[in-house]
Amino acid sequence: MGGADAAGATGGTFTGNRALMLEEALIFEIGDADRTGVDLPAPPEVASRLGGLERNRPIGLPGLSEPEVVRHYTRLSRQNYAIDLGLFPLGSCTMKHNPRLNEKMARLPGFADIHPLQPVETVQGGLALIDLVGEWLVKLTGMAAVAMSPKAGAHGELCGLLAIRSALEVRGDARKVILVPESAHGTNPATAAFCGYAVENIPATTEGRVDLAALKARLGPDVAGVMITNPNTCGLFEREMVAISAAVHAAGGLVYCDGANFNAIVGRVRPGDLGIDAMHINLHKTFSTPHGGGGPGSGPVVLSEALAPYAPLPFIEKDGDRYRLVEEETAGEHHAASFGRMVAFHGQMGMFVRAAAYMLSHGADGLRQVCEDAVLNANYLLRSLEDVLDAPFGPSGPCMHEALFSDDNLADGFTTLDIAKGLIDEGFHPMTMYFPLVVHGAMLVEPTETESKAALDQFIGALRSVAKRAQAGDPALKAAPIHAPRRRLDETAAARKPVLVWRDPAPQAEAAE
Amino acid sequence: MRYLPLTDADRAEMLSVIGARSIDDLFVDVPAAARLSGPIAGLPLHASELSVERQLRGLASRNLSAGDAPFFLGCGAYRHHVPASVDHLIQRGEFLTAYTPYQPEIAQGTLQALFEFQTQVARLFGCDVANASMYDGSTACWEAIVMSRRITRRAKALLSAGLHPHYVSVCETMARFTGDTLVTATPDLAEGAPGDDLATLIAAIDGETNCVVVQNPNILGHVADLSELAARCHEKGALLIAVVTEPVSLGAIRSPGEMGADIVVGEGQALGVGLQFGGPYVGLFATRDKYVRQMPGRLCGETVDAAGQRGFVLTLSTREQHIRREKATSNICTNSGLCALAFTIHMSLLGERGLRDLAALNHAMAVRAAERLAGVPGVTLVNGAFFNEFTLRLPKEARPVVRAMAERGVLGGVSLGRLYPGAADLANGLVVAVTETVADEDVEALAAALTEALA
Repeated sequence: MGGADAAGATGGTFTGNRALMLEEALIFEIGDADRTGVDLPAPPEVASRLGGLERNRPIGLPGLSEPEVVRHYTRLSRQNYAIDLGLFPLGSCTMKHNPRLNEKMARLPGFADIHPLQPVETVQGGLALIDLVGEWLVKLTGMAAVAMSPKAGAHGELCGLLAIRSALEVRGDARKVILVPESAHGTNPATAAFCGYAVENIPATTEGRVDLAALKARLGPDVAGVMITNPNTCGLFEREMVAISAAVHAAGGLVYCDGANFNAIVGRVRPGDLGIDAMHINLHKTFSTPHGGGGPGSGPVVLSEALAPYAPLPFIEKDGDRYRLVEEETAGEHHAASFGRMVAFHGQMGMFVRAAAYMLSHGADGLRQVCEDAVLNANYLLRSLEDVLDAPFGPSGPCMHEALFSDDNLADGFTTLDIAKGLIDEGFHPMTMYFPLVVHGAMLVEPTETESKAALDQFIGALRSVAKRAQAGDPALKAAPIHAPRRRLDETAAARKPVLVWRDPAPQAEAAE
Repeated sequence: MRYLPLTDADRAEMLSVIGARSIDDLFVDVPAAARLSGPIAGLPLHASELSVERQLRGLASRNLSAGDAPFFLGCGAYRHHVPASVDHLIQRGEFLTAYTPYQPEIAQGTLQALFEFQTQVARLFGCDVANASMYDGSTACWEAIVMSRRITRRAKALLSAGLHPHYVSVCETMARFTGDTLVTATPDLAEGAPGDDLATLIAAIDGETNCVVVQNPNILGHVADLSELAARCHEKGALLIAVVTEPVSLGAIRSPGEMGADIVVGEGQALGVGLQFGGPYVGLFATRDKYVRQMPGRLCGETVDAAGQRGFVLTLSTREQHIRREKATSNICTNSGLCALAFTIHMSLLGERGLRDLAALNHAMAVRAAERLAGVPGVTLVNGAFFNEFTLRLPKEARPVVRAMAERGVLGGVSLGRLYPGAADLANGLVVAVTETVADEDVEALAAALTEALA
């Protein structure tokens, strides 16, 4: 059992626990097939209609009583870092405060307990809510239309590229290439490949922006479009965005913008004014829906006039004060050019409610302040740290919502990884590491607008201290973290011989004897 | 503005540290023509918590929620009772507000829960391994076809007539752009054989076939033995992909893995997640050990730390988009972590016994309801075998009947006319789901509403 091993390894306690830090076995080690945490009424006596397919062997699930379940997951939760516990400076990922009002609203039965196939007359409020969020997104971005159904940012990228491809096909133009700058998120090239495009990279300038000359040189009749992140993953605004869009359009292509960093410009810049044709918006990043340890996300896509007719099904139309759901059946009467359906139902309703609560709370004035404070906090970090950490694009001017550093001035053998693990011992989640790829040993730091100056100053102090230890070659830093629930984990061993499910150890133990 | 901690004095002090005169100095890289001088017009200004709550409650009250009506909808989204502790636990800030576990030393809670989730899903589906979740069942279904194409290097997929039509639509949308060939069909309402096209599928498998995709229980609620289909697929070098939209069914019937499926995908919404008008849901994805490196999505694996203690990490990331870019197995970046957590907590509460009891209860109540509803004049039960969902053939079109029942406050099922708008011979079909949340008086209310609507 894990507990006994842990006791030996930590050289401390019989249980392996360290006071309030409690070790926890797997449910398969503490559960029992005969135990359960639910009380159900006895089923009525009927003749089975399972057609002879009755399950005839155990599933192999452990059962736990309710108190055991509550304790198990509560203990596990305490081994996690979270935005509720402290600053979470993950560049490009945007971890900001998650208001609990959003959670409360998403749980109203009128939103949480309605079925996607209910008659539309019985879900008018649900359709109105989706329409409300869509209207905010269209106005904030200055675009013509919005597709609400994509399930996450990368799914939104797929939506945007399918719209681009549909528009080109309608034009009779079977272009095969998507250009992607090397600073792009890995999802961008993966998405382009996933819908059948060849992907070509566009280099960055030494200033950390798209090389406009290189881009122009590559444009031609085979290029369907470009995927650009703006503000980009170096934390910089693409100054030439209008020129980039114009050049792509002139060459017959379309412009996709990765909107992961929309929180840096929301309320101050409308992407529609920059010539963008499609952009997804990660609701969790800009509009504070919780990340939940990896998801769910939600990736509505705003579309220009050129792409609006190709929006996926289903979509919502307002007819007086009544909302209509346009599905396969009626699509022809509305937008014959829709490229089809991307998901089974209507997208991430639970996330739309949370985003709506956030939008209404902030209002147009508050969202503008969000953007200003996010940018102010990032520049404050950049200028407060650039004397200890190499900031390759520091001289390029102000950053947007995130600040980029490199591992250039650390002692030999010390890397970004050591800085990150040192920060864990200081009580902070590390910044984004080794991304973007255009910078060696990148550290991408994004404080967001919900951090106070005091929190920033504490983080700056901690990062300065860890950076100085890495510059001095402090060997103790190589052992970090030492105060976390686990020391450095062996990721190589995990990949070499993957153990992805729990298997009952008993037969193996018998075999060994 | 209650979510923003900076004061004007803080802002002024920070600007001076930066060496900027005003906030505008930080936006110099934005072209002047694209800079907005004030808040965007046409949107309201910030509002108090009370005011926001009032507005959103107003919208919510315009919906008829499932708890306020006799409720019988299924077809890919099921209403089950979720124990109170599930929602309590997933709302703990350390789960709710954590990021993807890229720093495993301080994310063991999420990682261990995902490892347990993977094990539960693999066992439930009768497979060796499962991933740490996908967006939903429909997108997982397409990902399985892509994975199967990669394994077999063939591009023709046969989709069963019993596969959820929205899942078919998702696959058709994608296949148009990727060049995959999909062979599809619509179900048959003939009595005793609803969507029972296994023989047709078997006959259609040839040397070009990449995979056969079959849903069990299918869109009409019918359950089938997939063993022979699996054997025929394997003879011809094709894979069998099984789709499960109602995971509770596996507490009562044999798993697709046990019947020979190579990839099993599913919708996990029924356990822990709730209806939520269609999302977020949680896609389940499991397969055999030998295909693990072809799998899409996140995987959590066991390892040890520097002190020799057991721990968990995200692993095999060389398949993923952030490493492989355009050569990745999928473009998926996020998973449905929190929904997967809700699923795994609900499963932990149920355990082997609870899941089997829940499945038995669902089945028995559905059988009783089916018999009662088949007694309504003019109504016939189409299914021979089913789990908790079945199809009724009505003497007239089901869509107006569903609307008429809704006007009487009864959410009586899903009309096949809504799911298959083009198929006239399916228009009289009504799919009815009965779970443990349905009381006997609800069934009586449905029988009465149906009788009246058909009169």
